[in-house]
Amino acid sequence: MSMTMKRRDFLKMAVGSGLLLGSNVSPAFGTMPKELPPQAVGILYDATLCIGCKSCMVNCKIYNGAPGGALYLKGRTISYEVKPDEPFWDAATDLSSKTVNVIKVNKSGTAVNKDSVENGFSFIKQHCLHCISPACVSVCPVGALKKNPVNGVVYYVENRCIGCRYCMIACPFNIPRYEYERAIPQVRKCQLCQHRYEEGKYSACCEFCPTGASIFGKVVDLRAEAARRLTLKPGDEYDFPVQTVGSKEKSRRPVSKYINHVYGLKEGGGTQYLLLAGVPFDWLGFNKNIPDSVLPDLTWAYIAKIPAVLVGVILAGSATWALTRNRNKDKEG
Amino acid sequence: MTQKDIKLFTPFTVVLLLIMGAGGLAALYRVFFGLGASTHLNDTWPWGLWITFDVLGGVALAAGGFVIGGAVYILNWKKYEPIVRPAILNAFFGYALAATSITLDIGVPWRIWHPLVMWQVNSIMFIVAIHVVLYTTTLATESSPLIFEKLNMRKAFHFVEKIMPAIALFGVMLSLLHQSSLGAVFLIAPVKVSPLWYSSRLPYLFLVSAVLLALSMVSFETILSSRVFKHKPPMDILLGMARGSLIVGGFYLVLKLWDLITGPGIGLALNGSLTSNMYLLEMILGIILPLILLSMKNMRTGINGIYCVNILVIMGAVLNRLNVGIISMAGYNSRIGYDYFPSWMEFLVTMAMVAFAIVGFKISVKYLNVLKLEH
Repeated sequence: MSMTMKRRDFLKMAVGSGLLLGSNVSPAFGTMPKELPPQAVGILYDATLCIGCKSCMVNCKIYNGAPGGALYLKGRTISYEVKPDEPFWDAATDLSSKTVNVIKVNKSGTAVNKDSVENGFSFIKQHCLHCISPACVSVCPVGALKKNPVNGVVYYVENRCIGCRYCMIACPFNIPRYEYERAIPQVRKCQLCQHRYEEGKYSACCEFCPTGASIFGKVVDLRAEAARRLTLKPGDEYDFPVQTVGSKEKSRRPVSKYINHVYGLKEGGGTQYLLLAGVPFDWLGFNKNIPDSVLPDLTWAYIAKIPAVLVGVILAGSATWALTRNRNKDKEG
Repeated sequence: MTQKDIKLFTPFTVVLLLIMGAGGLAALYRVFFGLGASTHLNDTWPWGLWITFDVLGGVALAAGGFVIGGAVYILNWKKYEPIVRPAILNAFFGYALAATSITLDIGVPWRIWHPLVMWQVNSIMFIVAIHVVLYTTTLATESSPLIFEKLNMRKAFHFVEKIMPAIALFGVMLSLLHQSSLGAVFLIAPVKVSPLWYSSRLPYLFLVSAVLLALSMVSFETILSSRVFKHKPPMDILLGMARGSLIVGGFYLVLKLWDLITGPGIGLALNGSLTSNMYLLEMILGIILPLILLSMKNMRTGINGIYCVNILVIMGAVLNRLNVGIISMAGYNSRIGYDYFPSWMEFLVTMAMVAFAIVGFKISVKYLNVLKLEH
């Protein structure tokens, strides 16, 4: 047994003991996906197309403030109507429990060259990357964070959450945020606007992006699109799709120089949010140390040993007790 | 000193009671107004003093229950029988406090029971939750003869005493997993935890340091209670535990050094940053200095030497848990730009937890036959 023990075997034991304790265990809890789900959807963000208008941030808040959205709270309405007597200012500079999508800018020197490290700047859009094998889902003790097995969206089930905040420790991208200010708090993170799919809509950040910097679609198509862009010659014209990867609406413009890296293809075992940029991603604030391997495996290597240890300790302990007890009796007798 | 001579309301106890009262009010404030109003936790520092000191530290400090319980009931080392009751009772208080603290620390305390029914076997936190519940129950059962004795319930007393080896074995099994699980909690975060502490061996390091801490903590409590309740300290027991500390401590030092050399290398420990200095402090204070003292015969065999070693090991182990839980992530987190220092309410609640354990133990000694004092 030990390290090589399969999840299924572990579950058999876990389910067995679960039945003993009268609990109901769904075997699905024990499996962490490692492959891209069949209908996985995601976003491709191209920093070279982003003009920093923050339309995505505004519309993210509006559409996720509605019932079912990632920022929904009963009795809280998010309105961007500016009233003359009420000065209104919401320019979030980082993710928070009220902002699950943020456009940041990184600059150096005189910051005149777009998408350049030398005297340049670049925008970056930060939100949940919807990992193929999400650390947050694996560490949640109550299954309050789940990954949709079909479209791969990592979503949150509020009424399960106990608020231990282990997801925030585990996320290598520092995405989940907590409502510390509320007495009954929730975890807040991007859920890829999954509440809009039923009405045929998709992520608001992509729908309202005017340049095609954020496009929504199937991850396989987004990967192909990203790979295609890396083969383009800087300066040539290209028809960049707007809103969705298969959109008929295109924005024709010259290709910028990309660095040869599709972020999210391999990081943490792969994600459903892919990024392209003209500058290195660690310059944009992404951690360099995120491994390409699947993070939940690090924990599973330990958990898989538990049943063997349980049995081993009971056997070894019983034997020791029996042996040493007899020795004591011999001494006394 | 007999049980009758123990005075409940000494000035020290009154101070502890006041701290408990104030801490209770702070805890209520936290429940009604939320974590943001009562703590300095933030999005970059989701875990603070309560998780690292009260939960990680409290559980480690309670390891004496399974170490001494295992020695007496499984290994049948009957020499240690006189300290098994206080060791297990202290462990019970330690776990009760850890459970209370984690209930206050989670965002929605009234859902604390969720992990028990919403199983998620990929999560170390789920495993920790199950262990806390099972082991606190086990410790309560192990301590129950104290109550049965007091209430003169002979049948129940003899029944529990008879099955004690089985209960103790169950406790040892749970503790081995639980102590190591608390280290395994951090396995998921190689990106954030400094390589000075991060290692795939974290679960074993937590377990070995918990055993080392158990010996020092029980020895410390034994000396302290012999001074407070004025009875003769059992020297052969203290010497045995000092010898055990030398062996376990030596093994732990080798493990830690091996981890450092095969991991980030010694250079990272000496680069003068806050993280490195805290690592050095933990290693020197908590392991190297105690081992030097223990290797000297006149220190190892004298009660004052043992007392010094105990205090150093306890400080070192608590520092280790604070380091793993907070300082180890400082390098990563300060790049993002947030700081964390506990609020006064966090300190107050933690102090109240410690005060509760001391007062609870004192009351138990007065009314129950914990130390086998004369009535």
